[in-house]
Amino acid sequence: MTGTMTAAIEADPTVPLIRISRDFTATPAQLFRAHTDPELFARWVGPDRMRTNVDYWDPRTGGSWRYVAAAEGAEHAFRGCFHEVRPDRIVQTFTWEGAPDEVALETLTFEDLGDGRTRLHAQSLSDSFEARDGWLRSGMEVGVNDGYAKLDCLLAAGEVPATRGGAA
Amino acid sequence: MNDSLSPVFAALADPTRRDMVARLTEADATVGELAKPYDVSVQAISKHLKVLEQAGLVTRVAEGHRSPVHLEAEVFELMTKWIERYRQRAEARYRRLDAVLAEMNDETTGRRSRKETA
Repeated sequence: MTGTMTAAIEADPTVPLIRISRDFTATPAQLFRAHTDPELFARWVGPDRMRTNVDYWDPRTGGSWRYVAAAEGAEHAFRGCFHEVRPDRIVQTFTWEGAPDEVALETLTFEDLGDGRTRLHAQSLSDSFEARDGWLRSGMEVGVNDGYAKLDCLLAAGEVPATRGGAA
Repeated sequence: MNDSLSPVFAALADPTRRDMVARLTEADATVGELAKPYDVSVQAISKHLKVLEQAGLVTRVAEGHRSPVHLEAEVFELMTKWIERYRQRAEARYRRLDAVLAEMNDETTGRRSRKETA
């Protein structure tokens, strides 16, 4: 895969996996901090109109986390365990409490590209194809929120390339 | 339409089938035409077609090598749309992360002005 100035995505056809990679103007250490500092994390993780409140957060190997995303009366809680936390890699479980039996395994790696740039690789392994497809599909019903309006402006301005080829 | 896209993903797991689908996005083609560029038998191509058919990605009016194969663009687009929407949400999230990182840069480098938009 070449440069990924905007998020590149791959839905694996053979295992229930979603891979995303994205380049950032930041060092791996900064990216690591933005993923482990709860105050910083809460500022970027949720959709624009959602407020993310961290319930508990213990970013160390064996620690656990929980946060609640709230908007217009609707609340969604997410929780998981930090399986491994180290400067170049975070492995954690991820559960939406609305479907508590489904557990995804997320692996984040911070690849140092030099010159203050880092490529984030985010891999999410669901426990079934149904669950994975559910995650993929979950964006459809929120397709008309402000975040999208903003993004659509960006798309219209040509800042985000159109759909890549379309192959999985 | 089936809620699960898994058969579609599975059907597209194979590079030959992906290539066949790519060619069918341009025009319908018969099995013989589809088989031409590959160093495999028409039977092998028929097998691939069966998988694509079962996933609902392609249809044929009739069995047989003369019958044109038609790509069900809707099914194909539904899948790519889901993935693209998901990608867009990730991208929106990472644009917010860009902004957070830019602020962290300012903190560490002492107000180096940044023109990047969030």
